[in-house]
Amino acid sequence: MRNNNAGKNKYSISVLVENKPGVLARVASLFRRRNFNIESLTVGTTEKDDISRMTIVVNGDLKTVEQVMKQLNKLIDVIKVSDVTEMSVERELVLIKVAANSETRGEIVELANIFRSRVVDVSKTSLIIEITGDEDKINAFINLMRQFGIKELARTGKVAMQRGEKVVKA
Amino acid sequence: MRGADAIVKAFEEEGVKHIFGIPGGAIIEVYDALYDSQITHILMRHEQAAVHAADGYARASGETGVAFATSGPGATNTVTGISTAYMDSSPIVVITGQVPRTLIGNDAFQEADITGITMPVTKHNYLITDPSSLLTTIREAFHIAPTGRPGPVLIDIPKDITAADIEYNYPKRIDLRGYKPKTKGHPKQIKRAAELIMKAERPIIMAGGGVILSNASAELVKLAETIPAHVVTTLMGKGSIPETHPLCLGFVGMHGSKYANYALTECDLVIAIGTRFSDRTTGKVESFAPYAKVIHIDIDAAEIGKNVRVDVPIVGDARGILKELTKIIEYKQRKEWSDRIEKWRKKYPLKYKKDGKLRPQYIIEKIYEIEPDTIVTTEVGQNQMWAAQFFKTKYPRQFISSGGLGTMGFGFPAAIGAQMAFPERNVVDIAGDGSFLMNIQELATCVDFKIPVKIVIMNNQFLGMVRQWQELFYNERYSATCLRCKEMRFEKIAEGFGGIGMVVERPSEVEEALKEAFEIRDVPVVIDFRVERLENVYPMVPAGAGLNQIIDREV
Repeated sequence: MRNNNAGKNKYSISVLVENKPGVLARVASLFRRRNFNIESLTVGTTEKDDISRMTIVVNGDLKTVEQVMKQLNKLIDVIKVSDVTEMSVERELVLIKVAANSETRGEIVELANIFRSRVVDVSKTSLIIEITGDEDKINAFINLMRQFGIKELARTGKVAMQRGEKVVKA
Repeated sequence: MRGADAIVKAFEEEGVKHIFGIPGGAIIEVYDALYDSQITHILMRHEQAAVHAADGYARASGETGVAFATSGPGATNTVTGISTAYMDSSPIVVITGQVPRTLIGNDAFQEADITGITMPVTKHNYLITDPSSLLTTIREAFHIAPTGRPGPVLIDIPKDITAADIEYNYPKRIDLRGYKPKTKGHPKQIKRAAELIMKAERPIIMAGGGVILSNASAELVKLAETIPAHVVTTLMGKGSIPETHPLCLGFVGMHGSKYANYALTECDLVIAIGTRFSDRTTGKVESFAPYAKVIHIDIDAAEIGKNVRVDVPIVGDARGILKELTKIIEYKQRKEWSDRIEKWRKKYPLKYKKDGKLRPQYIIEKIYEIEPDTIVTTEVGQNQMWAAQFFKTKYPRQFISSGGLGTMGFGFPAAIGAQMAFPERNVVDIAGDGSFLMNIQELATCVDFKIPVKIVIMNNQFLGMVRQWQELFYNERYSATCLRCKEMRFEKIAEGFGGIGMVVERPSEVEEALKEAFEIRDVPVVIDFRVERLENVYPMVPAGAGLNQIIDREV
């Protein structure tokens, strides 16, 4: 999905890296030094213990994103860089703590159900809702929750994987 | 085997013959091991100079240069040297001592996070945390530094690892899955390039430092003669084609000749080889070669399209690509274009006033006349530009200069490195009085190791290039550029260190002084040329202007 966002595009880049200390710092340092703008960055291990996968969402035009990918490729600890913007499944997990009382709780839970999200904690004055999905769905849900008062919000950042048989492999 | 001994043995296996460095607490074990080694260690007087010397050694010889420093201040002093090597893609390996592993992160005495500090200015760096990875890491460093697009690699080694007992098992081969430089150019792209060349009416070759790094000078000359096309070089590309070759137009950019800049602006095809299109070379990017298609050959894919739009990119090693390209093109005379260029060359020669005053350009012409084979290093500023304009470089690796970072204080230690690589040759550092002061302490190194480097100071008692900008663009407001050291005696300073010093004030004395200096083979020689103070570097493309807006002056 190539969202148009204030004249700029968003790209999802998948980066396989050596699972070693300092690699995240190298990637972060590269983005800072080259003045690239990261919207989100997630990192975790893969099917192989010694390889981690980063999903980086970058704001910029095509030329910038090409530079990002080429510069990433130059890092010795980077094994593979792929643009997974097109034709991919993208997911993000978000925890939202919403203000809730006996009057609003029912409505919130109903909305949560419609979005196939889950209530994972309840207190007298609040609820924690866990929601996963693509960006549009999550943004829509967050907007709906604003009327009740969002007390706290934590997003994991996006992970992405291309559909079909295509594989990002080391 | 002790870690330190393993390190030194590994260096011997890598063929290292010279190391430039300064010992200290955290690296003392390694120096202890070095005591028994055949490797020559040059004790420098500042770590920055040690890295510049390793860099100069690498640039002159093509071999990977090596520098040692201790932890903390020793390590942080290397940063300018490393950045200089990084910007100019020079292969060096820097070893820094680190505090013992148990103290890392505790703000221990002489602790500095040098891997963190140098991350943006190294091709790669390592902090060894496990003794078992020590030797593999050294092998990797010597693999990474000179291959692909060369660059500096730093290894930070905690003291306890240098003292630890390890098994010596030096890997012959290593496999880095994240590092596979592409060397062979794509045949289809080479074919497309050949088609563009055959179609072009006004081709120009633009040769950068990559041609020298790839040892592709013979191939460059062959390509130029086959097309045929004139060649402009970047500052880093000086020497990639002999500047006496009839097709060579010398260097291009901010202080390149008018004819080189005009040719590059008016051409209809740029064949760029091993250059990153730096701002000092292209001038205003929007008006760079406005009528031209661009072929860009570079081993670093990230350089393609970074600064200038490219029509045919070819990623790979210049040497092989130029060979392939030359095979499939045919000679095609383009007389009109060639005549135009030669007309510019005649009409706008590099020139300076000949009025009996001592001018730097004259001194550099004399150096060339007397010792055309000398290796030349430069400092940065006016001295560097005059050297680039008036010293006709004959062979690759003859002209050594800090192009990208523009490091004042580079030339002298780099000359030491070059002299260690080629003890029989003459090595001249063309310096300014400001730059020379930035690493003047290395006179002690030269005296200590009998390194007969010649330092030729264009002494105008100014930070001359900045003064020139102030004169031209800041209403002659000479803020902090006058060095006010007319009374300072460089020849006495040289003598104080145990070297030889001379002062020259008149053009008639230049030749004799230079000849005398070139005869001296055992100590450094400083010649203080008291030059015309307000001499400027011309022609000049003002910062932010296009190459065709180059200004000159009447002489």
